Amino acid sequence: MAWDFDTHLRTGKQATVLRVRDLTVRIQTAEALVLPVDRVSFDLEHGEALGLIGESGSGKTTVALSLLRLLPPGASVSGRVELAGEDLLASDPARVRRVRGRRIAMVFHDPLAALNPVLTIGTQIAEAVRAHQPLDRRQARAATLELLRSVGLADADAARYPHQLSGGMRQRALIAMALGCQPEILVADEPTSALDPVVQAGILALLRRVREERGLSLLLATHDLGVAAGLCGRIAVLYAGRIVECGETAAVLARPRHPYTLGLLQSLPPPLGSAGGLPLRPIAGQPRGARIAAPPLIMSPTRSDGCRFLGRCPRAREDCAKEEPELAEMDGGQVACFHPVEAP
Amino acid sequence: MNAPLLEVEDLCVDRGGLRVLDRVTFALHPGETLGVVGPSGSGKSTLARAVLRLLEPSAGRVRFRGRDLLALGEADLRPMRREMQIVLQDPATSLDPRMTVLSILAEPITVHRLARSEDVERRATELLRRVELGPEILHRHPHQLSGGQAQRVALARALAPSPALLIADEAFSAVDVSLQAQMANLLYGLRGSSSLACLFISHDLRFAAVLCERIAVLSRGAIVEIGEAATLVRSPRHEATRALVAAARASEVQGR
Repeated sequence: MAWDFDTHLRTGKQATVLRVRDLTVRIQTAEALVLPVDRVSFDLEHGEALGLIGESGSGKTTVALSLLRLLPPGASVSGRVELAGEDLLASDPARVRRVRGRRIAMVFHDPLAALNPVLTIGTQIAEAVRAHQPLDRRQARAATLELLRSVGLADADAARYPHQLSGGMRQRALIAMALGCQPEILVADEPTSALDPVVQAGILALLRRVREERGLSLLLATHDLGVAAGLCGRIAVLYAGRIVECGETAAVLARPRHPYTLGLLQSLPPPLGSAGGLPLRPIAGQPRGARIAAPPLIMSPTRSDGCRFLGRCPRAREDCAKEEPELAEMDGGQVACFHPVEAP
Repeated sequence: MNAPLLEVEDLCVDRGGLRVLDRVTFALHPGETLGVVGPSGSGKSTLARAVLRLLEPSAGRVRFRGRDLLALGEADLRPMRREMQIVLQDPATSLDPRMTVLSILAEPITVHRLARSEDVERRATELLRRVELGPEILHRHPHQLSGGQAQRVALARALAPSPALLIADEAFSAVDVSLQAQMANLLYGLRGSSSLACLFISHDLRFAAVLCERIAVLSRGAIVEIGEAATLVRSPRHEATRALVAAARASEVQGR
């Protein structure tokens, strides 16, 4: 190998690499103050994969972007995003630029929009590699080919342009670019939702492999519980900007306690080959603010509005309208609900 | 068994010197739902368009109620079109942003002269009820609808001329999980309540497996396997089918 991925921060013991506290994003629109993310807190442990689960408008993309301070200037972000004790939200922009890519890299859901159409894949990967490391052209070229191979692309693909690659290959190229900076943390926002299921399975296998090989910590934002189940040890379920349930993936999926998590599970098509199936039991109504032809936004709920899942919740009672439930410990996980689903 | 509603025989489509649809043959009976499943680029949408004659096939036959659609002129085709409707993947691009929901639904009713003008609004309300939407959205424009509502409006518009064949081309792959399940239930309900035949096109085998009696697997423009849904899913024979089954299993959630 031309260069070593494992030179830094490999202590072997579980440590928190990213600590997010009360992350809140405010956007003032012409009509209202909108909070796409509202007091979100979580820890990302070293080497773990954490899934942020949510539908349109849940705030998962906004969380991902705000970690890297990539939100547009109109958005005001508060709370803390601590990387090795340093609050990225309080750091100066030059400092954040050095962290972005180098220590936290991101993979977006639409690789065609994320890649530069007029540069070859090889040039773009080499650019990412050299942005954070003192390599000459020849070394960068070697590193680029190494990266291409590690994501399952061929050397010849370096000379190709994005439009000459399939959707799955583009996503692989994007992952290669993200890995080019040898980040500690990879943030992936719906990396497979634009792909068909067969190609998707390949990309998920790739993400699993690079994470294990490189000891990466992964934050995966997805609407697909199946994707999260295959990749993440823990999941946090977001609804309208708030985490409503959090815990070990296997436990949450086997015994969901929040009615929204249960509803998401019941919305999934039944396992292949099982008898019966339809009709499914989906959650009534729509995710708040999921709109056609515009970025999904959540109309700002305030604490006095009560639980934000109220309108769609089959378990709602009177007290749910009075105040908003906070996340509380429950069977090893956390749930924000006054009337959680009973454990079987 | 009654006569097939739709018979597709050796249908071929060529695009830019490439054969994108290769001798596709199948039959669809009234009330039946046939799934067409395959990866991106396998020719699913091309098949939908060729069946509706929105593009010209280079060879083969498409018979609807026994009449060869490819031999018909535009004037003879029009009344047949009333009976064949399509719902596309993205309601943001398939609904005219300048029209209200009422005018979107009224258009097929008036074009095909299916109701007197004073009855159009009542018919539109009835259509909305069939897709579980209330009359309060009649005067809204598409941008004032949620993604799920817009997709239901697209379905209601397709149902407006009481078609015999509905083609759902990835009709709910762009919406959220909870809305996908609502759409699946809607299609399931429609199927049970009429003799509507449905061509359900999807890259997701999981929904096809529960919605369809039979499934055809498309790969590189050709049907490589076709059969009863339960059998096909349980014992896939072709490599492409096995890949789809493996992908669907990989995205299943354990413990459910």
